[in-house]
Amino acid sequence: MSDLEQFRAETRAWLAENCPEEMRDGDITAENQCWGGRQWEFQSDAQKRWFEAALAKGYTVPTWPKEYGGAGLSADEAKILTEERDRINARKPLSNFGISMLGPALLAFGTHEQKLMHLGAIARGEIRWCQGYSEPGAGSDLASLKTKCEDKGDHWLINGQKIWTSNADISDWIFCLVRTDFDAPKHKGITFILIDMASEGISVKPIILISGHSPFCETFFDDVKVPKAYGDDNLSIVGEVNRGWDVAKNLLVHERGMLGTMSPLRGATGPENLGGYAAGEIGVDATGRLDDPSLRQKIAQAEIDDWAYNLTVERLNDEANAGNGLGAKSSMLKYAASELTKKGSQLRMDIGGTDAATIGPDGIEYGSLANTWLYNRAYSILGGTTEVQLNIISKRVLELPSA
Amino acid sequence: MSLILTEEQEMLQDAANGFLTENAPVAAFREVRDSKNPDGFCRDLWKEMADMGWAGIIVDEEFGGSEFGYVGAGVLAEQMGRNLTASPFFSTSVLGATAVQRYGTAKQKEQHLGSICDGSTLFALAVDEGPRHRPEHIEFAATPHGNGYKLSGAKTFVADGHVADKLIIAARTSGEANDPSGITLFLVDADAEEIDRTHTPMIDSRNAANIKVDGLEVTGDDILGEVDKGYEALEGILSAGRAVLGAEMSGSSQQAFAITTDYLKEREQFGQKIGSFQGLQHRAAHLATEIEMTKSAVLKSLQLLDDDFESASATCSMAKAKSGMTAQLSTQEAIQMHGGIGVTDEYDVGLYFKRVHVAQQMFGDAGFHADRLAKRSGY
Repeated sequence: MSDLEQFRAETRAWLAENCPEEMRDGDITAENQCWGGRQWEFQSDAQKRWFEAALAKGYTVPTWPKEYGGAGLSADEAKILTEERDRINARKPLSNFGISMLGPALLAFGTHEQKLMHLGAIARGEIRWCQGYSEPGAGSDLASLKTKCEDKGDHWLINGQKIWTSNADISDWIFCLVRTDFDAPKHKGITFILIDMASEGISVKPIILISGHSPFCETFFDDVKVPKAYGDDNLSIVGEVNRGWDVAKNLLVHERGMLGTMSPLRGATGPENLGGYAAGEIGVDATGRLDDPSLRQKIAQAEIDDWAYNLTVERLNDEANAGNGLGAKSSMLKYAASELTKKGSQLRMDIGGTDAATIGPDGIEYGSLANTWLYNRAYSILGGTTEVQLNIISKRVLELPSA
Repeated sequence: MSLILTEEQEMLQDAANGFLTENAPVAAFREVRDSKNPDGFCRDLWKEMADMGWAGIIVDEEFGGSEFGYVGAGVLAEQMGRNLTASPFFSTSVLGATAVQRYGTAKQKEQHLGSICDGSTLFALAVDEGPRHRPEHIEFAATPHGNGYKLSGAKTFVADGHVADKLIIAARTSGEANDPSGITLFLVDADAEEIDRTHTPMIDSRNAANIKVDGLEVTGDDILGEVDKGYEALEGILSAGRAVLGAEMSGSSQQAFAITTDYLKEREQFGQKIGSFQGLQHRAAHLATEIEMTKSAVLKSLQLLDDDFESASATCSMAKAKSGMTAQLSTQEAIQMHGGIGVTDEYDVGLYFKRVHVAQQMFGDAGFHADRLAKRSGY
């Protein structure tokens, strides 16, 4: 038996023993996933047991080095773990922005001491992170951000406003892009800084979206003092002063990779077989087929696109593992995934007709079809709009000339 | 299994790219077209391809093939799609070889596979009976006659039918016109007296034939596969064809797009490169994304044919749909982004547009395959 076969056998056995039955529903939504953090309360005993078992094995962050709380798995091993987890339809034991976004950036840019402090706390589910990037005046043109960060000797002084900070109201720390030089070209005066949300002067206000709900907030910084360092060789900034854009860019690639999840047409909550669902809702004709030929064709075309998208995630991952980096092609995945996400919930709304457009006396119910459909409009806007992704593909993949 | 080419397959790709750009570029295709070559391809080129092992690319080594499987066939077809190479490769080495190797008797394999591999015998598949692909709609009659059958009927759009030495004909031995059961495949000599072939040049400058058969007597030895169960074999042959056509269209999409992005980087209007205009950039970026999606779909279908041929039908169907949509978009955009010169005969993009249209029609366009997927999935 090869080492990888051995690993697969061990992983299968470990999952069989440690993943509770209730955690094998594969049903990861923002609602039921394990986020972690200071305010976290487990939703069930099974969720707690699954988290603790994974933590002990380093499987909350399987590919991170052992010294930072991971299991140090190779790309091949991590793929096997994912496959085996998917095979029994197991949830991820812990998922949050610390794992998917900040972690990879710290691994690339952080010092050993920074990694020990922050990665360890992420791996153990102790700290929940949010992202402070966009500002009211800096959306697609992110690099024009104006949140001011002044050097006050032993600390930084921060004033300004962030927007679209997901879950800022329940997060513990924020990784933030701030302006440390107002005179330099816009990309050259930005610094990447890590801030405790409990700091004095930070206030948070939730934003209500067309869907009636939202994880998003506005975050205000009013004379917020941030220590220069959290310990020896452990600055509050990541990378160098005024070079935060390099870190931000790296992190955006991970964010897009994360957004490029599987089966976007279905989403976390959609039916496995959209056409079968439509036939159930709408009815069938005399030959037993969905009694709406135009929807039938639209659904099938979308299913084919979704299938090809999933294969492309797989293929680009395989190419990356074989040494050809994903690079700006992650923008293709982000673009395709967000368009498919919108298409999926649009089709479900079309299938539901006026029933789906009806809301209850208390407004749009959280988790309802309409709620998802409305929220999903944001997918092609957040994390870099569809148009920004197309710009990136034009410039970095196709190398088309600039205006 | 990884969704990438193995080292061996990559070497085949490099070799095919080198050989075709050198010996069969678009200019060579134009020459065949403009000289009104009655074959529609260059026989010397075909001989060279056979000598390199391409004609027997999917055939097992024991029969003289190079046993590269369907991924190998797709790798070649992709490069042919890039260069618009016209050859009997598809009809003979994909359709003919699949039919004989997977469904033939030991005797039929012995008799035909060797001459497929050395390029000496050309095959063609006669399935459709009207202008739109409907493989279960078969009226072409095989009526019992003595110990065998008598074949009578008409077939349309038999690709390479005008040059084929052997024809594989889907005929009805029982049941009604749209009944998938009751179909039987026959493997017959194309030059039989009872077969009348009308050469039909196509818009892509490839060639096909309409075929009329009037009372051709055949025996049990001429049956390919099982009586009345030919639809399953036909489905297998068509699946292989669809995946390989997908690979060809993927190659054509990529090349038409490469020609177009080069042009966007060089053509100037309003004092700047037209590739700097966001109106064109976004369309190009969308197309680039679709091309990536198509590559994955095609490779998956080819791998599945090699891994588990019997289960590949739905996947090949989806790959054909995806590649067809992308190829259509790629070649339409190629013409539009070239502007006036895009609709001239002198520029190559129009040739890709024409080829892709015929490849879309062949064995079902994207709408056909989307409908098949729906039907298979219970809607």
